[in-house]
Amino acid sequence: MALLVTPLVLGAVFDLNQPANYLHWHFFQMSVSNFIVILLMIAVFIAAILIPFPKRQREP
Amino acid sequence: MWTTWVRERAVRTLPPEKLLPDRQPSYVSSWIYVFGVVTIAAFVVIVLSGTILGLKGPEWWHVTGIGHFFNSIHLWSVEIFFFAMVVHLWGKFFMAAWRGGRSRTWVTGAVTFLVSIGAAFTGYLSQQNFDSQWIASEGKDGLNSVGIGSFFNVADFGQMYTWHVILLPVAVAVLVIAHVLLVRRTGVVPPYPARGSTGRQGEGAS
Repeated sequence: MALLVTPLVLGAVFDLNQPANYLHWHFFQMSVSNFIVILLMIAVFIAAILIPFPKRQREP
Repeated sequence: MWTTWVRERAVRTLPPEKLLPDRQPSYVSSWIYVFGVVTIAAFVVIVLSGTILGLKGPEWWHVTGIGHFFNSIHLWSVEIFFFAMVVHLWGKFFMAAWRGGRSRTWVTGAVTFLVSIGAAFTGYLSQQNFDSQWIASEGKDGLNSVGIGSFFNVADFGQMYTWHVILLPVAVAVLVIAHVLLVRRTGVVPPYPARGSTGRQGEGAS
């Protein structure tokens, strides 16, 4: 059931059947989706530095 | 014999304990060190899903449900590939990963990134839909303006498809193998030494 419903919910939230939205800064423009991906990469980069790596259990 | 020379040279350059190490330095226990292997894992999925797409053909990936599924697998593995590669690049840039005789590792990584962009671009051109036609019509003007449009013709599907499914994936695979072997040879780059310590930069390779 979840397998059937999840794409419908995602499709309703992220409607891709329309022209992309763009951000403009003077001569520079970028799609909102690309901008979100860049923000996500920065977030993952910071998280990768800050979140401690799980320590391996020592074998007896 | 030349095979003896090649074997002895290979073993001397990369002895088995360096080629397949069973332990890594303690500083590798950080999430920032996992993005290289995430990139390689995504590359494997890209190649496998791309092989299936290539064997079944455009009608299959555009019309059937399972074709859409594999088309999406191919797309999203590319998204993860570039996402992880960029985070990997940032991590290595900020720890100056070219230190300690690792310049060739850095250069092979940077070239892999550039070749991968070409592979992704030819992938967009190989979709066989209106999107690929639009990208080809826009791209040809840019490539013609720099004088390479005569031998790299983005409007020629056969040529772009050959670049996408053979030449560029093989180039990326060869570069990745060279990159990993260089990492094995010189070891994973250590972080900068703590302020006040006497350790030399670039040391600590396994």
